[in-house]
Amino acid sequence: MEYWNLFLGFFRIGVLGYGGGPSMIPLVHAEAVQKYKWMNDEEFTDVLAMGNALPGPIATKMAGYIGYKVKGALGATIAIVAMVIPVLIAMIVLLGLIYKLKDSGIVGGMTHGVQPVIGVMMAVMAYEFFLKSWKSWVKSRTIAWTIIAVVVIGLLDLNPGLLIGFALAYAFIESTYLFKKRKKQQADSPDRGFSA
Amino acid sequence: MTLLYLFWAFFVPNILGYGGGPPIIPLLQAEVVDHFGWMTLEQFGDVLALGNALPSPIATKLAGYIGYQVAGIPGALVALIATIAPTAIAMVILYKFLHLFKNSPQVSAMTQVVRPIVAVLLGILALQFFASAYESAGIWQTAALTAISLIALEKFKIHPGIVVASALVYGAFFLH
Repeated sequence: MEYWNLFLGFFRIGVLGYGGGPSMIPLVHAEAVQKYKWMNDEEFTDVLAMGNALPGPIATKMAGYIGYKVKGALGATIAIVAMVIPVLIAMIVLLGLIYKLKDSGIVGGMTHGVQPVIGVMMAVMAYEFFLKSWKSWVKSRTIAWTIIAVVVIGLLDLNPGLLIGFALAYAFIESTYLFKKRKKQQADSPDRGFSA
Repeated sequence: MTLLYLFWAFFVPNILGYGGGPPIIPLLQAEVVDHFGWMTLEQFGDVLALGNALPSPIATKLAGYIGYQVAGIPGALVALIATIAPTAIAMVILYKFLHLFKNSPQVSAMTQVVRPIVAVLLGILALQFFASAYESAGIWQTAALTAISLIALEKFKIHPGIVVASALVYGAFFLH
């Protein structure tokens, strides 16, 4: 019965979750906390924080964790399958139908028609990411990393994965160093100790 | 061997993709189009367009579809597993240690540093699609479709599925 509920809950989340991962979070909350009571609000918040701290799509991480919590590895598999597979089949069938018309020359036209639209979607996402960085980070750093990315990927044409891997390692080391330094300063400063 | 390549091509972008779906798109394009040459940029654009028109996370739709195109159902499974399993398993294992890194300065620093890079990557990808549209449909068609879809999506908040479907229909009749 729980297996069936897992399937139903995550099937609904997958089919109704328009706009990608983040838009699915409230749907996951509605199913897992409100409807099936697999967890309370506090745990949901923790799972979300955890999901945000790890790379990869957020929705599948949540499905995996919640499914595992409810019914172990099989539960996790069912939750993920229910969320991912139905939409994937729809996508394969739809693209298959479109490419069936290939010979008529219509598909070429369709591809041309959709390219500016996808360009706009990517540009909008680019703008949103930049804005998020601009608002929540030191401005000079946003500018510096933007320039680095333009030079390394736009001009030198290096693999973007390498740059991101390097940036992640750099951020990890630098923040660890700064954190330790700050802690040490706090420990050293006299007004933090016991007053005589 | 193809299955191993598929696993690698989807594993790497998802591990580096801090911040959910969008960062994965340009990283995946680098692997699938530039590195392994499994599809052209135009085909990748078709898949993205349809992926954006359907619900659920973009990463799993791209993985499943591209994996299926490259190596049938086993290919789809391998690409999906590479996309989902590593981080889902990490989630289950690391949950017990959540308090250790929930508010850690490292996690927020890593989240911050990736954003401007992802913005540039997505921007470059956008330019590539505009350039490709310009080559095949000319400047006026491209400019008009760009302006109309921008207004439809951002100002009037029309559903991306409807915008993509309209562009497909328009292209089918007027752009071949």
